[in-house]
Amino acid sequence: MAAAPAIELAGLTRRYGERVALRDVTLSLPAGATLVVFGPNGAGKSTLLRVLSTLLRPHAGVARVLGRSLPDEGWAVRGRLGLLGHAPLLYRDLTGRENLVFHARLHRVALDRADELLERVGLTARAGDKVHTYSRGMVQRLAVCRAVLHDPEVLLLDEPRANLDPAARELVEPLIGAASGRTRVVTSHDPAGGLAEADLALGLRAGSVALVAAAREVHAEQIGALYR
Amino acid sequence: MKAAVDALLRKELRLELRAPQAVPAMALFSVTTLVVFHFALQRGQVEGDLASGVLWVTLLFAAMLGTSRLFVADHEEGGLDGFLLAPVDRTALLVAKALAMFAFLAIVELVAVPAFALLLLGPTPDASALAQLVLVLALADAGVAVTGTLVAALAVQTRARDLLVPLLALPLLMPVVIAAAKGTTPLLAAAGTGDVGARWLVILGLYDLVFGLIAYAVFDFLVED
Repeated sequence: MAAAPAIELAGLTRRYGERVALRDVTLSLPAGATLVVFGPNGAGKSTLLRVLSTLLRPHAGVARVLGRSLPDEGWAVRGRLGLLGHAPLLYRDLTGRENLVFHARLHRVALDRADELLERVGLTARAGDKVHTYSRGMVQRLAVCRAVLHDPEVLLLDEPRANLDPAARELVEPLIGAASGRTRVVTSHDPAGGLAEADLALGLRAGSVALVAAAREVHAEQIGALYR
Repeated sequence: MKAAVDALLRKELRLELRAPQAVPAMALFSVTTLVVFHFALQRGQVEGDLASGVLWVTLLFAAMLGTSRLFVADHEEGGLDGFLLAPVDRTALLVAKALAMFAFLAIVELVAVPAFALLLLGPTPDASALAQLVLVLALADAGVAVTGTLVAALAVQTRARDLLVPLLALPLLMPVVIAAAKGTTPLLAAAGTGDVGARWLVILGLYDLVFGLIAYAVFDFLVED
């Protein structure tokens, strides 16, 4: 029997004023699967993640995450989602550990979890330093810790490997990669790499769906065409 | 909700201690304004209604500075989104921000009120008048903190934040200014033994209650999309 959908979208539309950022997006993603979203800048990838994370309201259509309808039942899924966006959602004048402890308290997670994650991403030695002294790669590693701190069932990842060197990518892979076992929605500009980790591929162009198919049926050239 | 308020309040106070912004700006503004009043009024000492007016105008405008900064770190560094992603009641943010603002105002008044007494105030209030002044300050600060938090949450979403905060907050705070100034006048009169008048305390208390309830009702809509 197929796994129950973790994410179901039907005719999802979101506008910013008069501009339509997402238009009529329909798809279904089973629990534990990975959806990779491709598209040029401004295609609506980040907007999709923000709608799924409950930060933005859909303006039309249906969006269900973990069986709950957004935005009305957003309260029920917030603690079960992890968002890693372009902004790290960290305070620059707090230390790395203080940032994680702050989020751990909000999510009612044991404070030991912060230290465990800092160690896993190789930041223990810098845990007591203010975030504004970190390199971009270190900030990204700390943001990964924040996103998975509460062990979310669904991960929403906006170009999660940006600013990470190969060693750092290896460190965060068990937390946010396919091996993490979580349902994932990942945005990517890398056709080959993105398709390799995807179960389902979504191509967006100017907010509209240009492609949605099982990743094994999609060729990298089709993804490349989105950018031309 | 208590745990979330605790986490948010700790964060607010830690950020202000780590990188002071609101409190030093408010305190410096207060003292500078009192110096300006000292020279502009062309008199060494004030008392009664004039003293009360000078004190409350100074404190109110200083509060506008702190109000403008209240959500800036959260907005610019994404902390607001971080909070909105957490499974906690949005009211926790309102309570924590209002408590932080109340604490900032209290600290500023520890500097501004003695500076006011030194630079401008003629009569020296006795212990009873001082105790009543503290009560008026506390009730007024609660109103300023709640209304300020509400306005700051609205204004931070806009580019005209620094303009919007005083434009929205000052009219909303008029009842606080009137009641606080009226209540403070007898405390700063020449005799220095006046009574604050229960009705002004009741008005301040009612304002706090009403605006507290309004803030509770609308805050979710202000911080969410």
